[in-house]
Amino acid sequence: MKKILENKKLYQLLIILFMLVFPFLVGNSGYFMSLFVTACIFIISAMALNLLVGYGGQISVGQAGFLSAGGYAVAILSHKFGLPIWILLPLAGVITGIISLVIGLPAVRLRGHFLAVATMGFGLSIPQIALNWESLTRGYNGISVMRPQWLSGDLAFFYVIVGTTLVIAWIISNIVKSGMGRAFVAIRDSEIAAQSTGIHVAFYKTMMFVISAFFTGIAGGLYAYWFGYVSPQDFNILTSLLILGMVVVGGLASIPGAVIGAVLFTLIPHFTDKFIGMTNIIIGIAIILIIMYRSEGIVSFLDRLKSPEQDDQVKGGV
Amino acid sequence: MLNFENVVVQFAGLTAINDLSFDVSEGKIHSIIGPNGAGKTTVFNCISRFYTPNQGSITFSGKDLLKLKPHQVIREGIARSFQNVELFSKMTVMDNLLTGLHPILKRNIFFISLNLPSVRRSEAESRKKAYEVMELLGVRHLANEKVSNLSFGYQKMVDIGRAMMVNPKLLLLDEPVAGMNPVETDQISELILRLKNEMNYTILLIEHDMSLVMKVSDDVTVMNFGQKIAEGTPGEVQNNPVVIEAYLGELDSDVKAD
Repeated sequence: MKKILENKKLYQLLIILFMLVFPFLVGNSGYFMSLFVTACIFIISAMALNLLVGYGGQISVGQAGFLSAGGYAVAILSHKFGLPIWILLPLAGVITGIISLVIGLPAVRLRGHFLAVATMGFGLSIPQIALNWESLTRGYNGISVMRPQWLSGDLAFFYVIVGTTLVIAWIISNIVKSGMGRAFVAIRDSEIAAQSTGIHVAFYKTMMFVISAFFTGIAGGLYAYWFGYVSPQDFNILTSLLILGMVVVGGLASIPGAVIGAVLFTLIPHFTDKFIGMTNIIIGIAIILIIMYRSEGIVSFLDRLKSPEQDDQVKGGV
Repeated sequence: MLNFENVVVQFAGLTAINDLSFDVSEGKIHSIIGPNGAGKTTVFNCISRFYTPNQGSITFSGKDLLKLKPHQVIREGIARSFQNVELFSKMTVMDNLLTGLHPILKRNIFFISLNLPSVRRSEAESRKKAYEVMELLGVRHLANEKVSNLSFGYQKMVDIGRAMMVNPKLLLLDEPVAGMNPVETDQISELILRLKNEMNYTILLIEHDMSLVMKVSDDVTVMNFGQKIAEGTPGEVQNNPVVIEAYLGELDSDVKAD
């Protein structure tokens, strides 16, 4: 058993190492670093959405709304008040968390398709609000965002993003394995049993939305800082569906699954953009194949790889 | 300890429970028996606060249960198992039991996020407690098994185990041996007696298996069509002609519950 744990740690270490040396592997190429940052932003969003969909069983097709909200929170507040980045990023999360109450509270009473449609409505409305509330968002023109002096270099900010992603992954994994994470799964599996074990279902459902939105808001904030610009078209309904697709394809209720899905869906456009229309076709096919043949997601292939080894370990150990 | 007084529950004209009164005394095993559809599970669902009676009162140690929401009931010391097993099917046995500890677990989101030592300590204590309960139920070897992979008998055990995690004062068991084989039934009846004798649980039991009811019960309430038709010790009840009639439709001298 110990060996497996060590292996898992080893993989984590290798991934972290890869993230840290990545800029040098690609010779500080702006394109590849942006691709990597996009992956990180999607990784955070997918992990946060997985908390909601995979663990909590509450579907959301409005995550893009949270990304936009986080991005605009950073852009607007840095313009109006010039707050420093280490306050602004968490604040973007908090503001997005508060905004999520708009759907988190009604979500307590909605289920399945109805919840999906309600969250989709939320996701659709955010770009419209951004477009039309010109005094705050400058409408169609968007807002540019300046990074602070000491982080103006892409390499420095690249590490901020990598660091934030790792910290959020750690926090979400802590939440998932805690009593709170179990309460989420309990609500997904049986609300009745959850209630009679003392879980306040309405409270925890709202909590799921707030936590999920908090992290997605931070991801939106990182996006705004990295690309230096937010506009109403940045994240739309397709983004929401894409993030949901990442979670389903990578693996529901799995943090590595969310990471795999996010990386995959960031890489697919990189290879297919030359061929017009191919990106969506390939992503669509991937989703269909996974749902039909492997509903546990890509991450379940890893489980299979590990399991014979595990059996040996158990036998050897006993 | 638990007190039902003139409780009436109606669903759109159908009277599920009609003017039901009974008392569960502390430290006793109290069984509710009756034909299917007699309203037994409705009694449990009132205690769990999934249903609210149209009339009457339900008190527990003098406290009005009807003022509570479903998730608050367990904090008063009332835990339950379910007739059709309501487990968290994709969790392991361990996680199911740990979820049973929810009412007393640390809930500070910041502590949890940072996995502070206090959180890890309470998690370790919870696991210890879960192993104790598993030991008692004889399912320790299944700790890391997903409950959806277990047989129905084991699932029932886990369901009961989850209710035991918080050391409730009153344990509600809804047909604990339904679908179990005789060996498992014996295990459960021994467990129920141990819970009473060694751990001072008060138990309210719904059961169709008369051998179990007769073996473990101190008091029996018999229900039919939502009403209480008899009450007393197992011996009194099984010789009561009204009870026999309710079960079999007519008097028959052959019938003495086995």
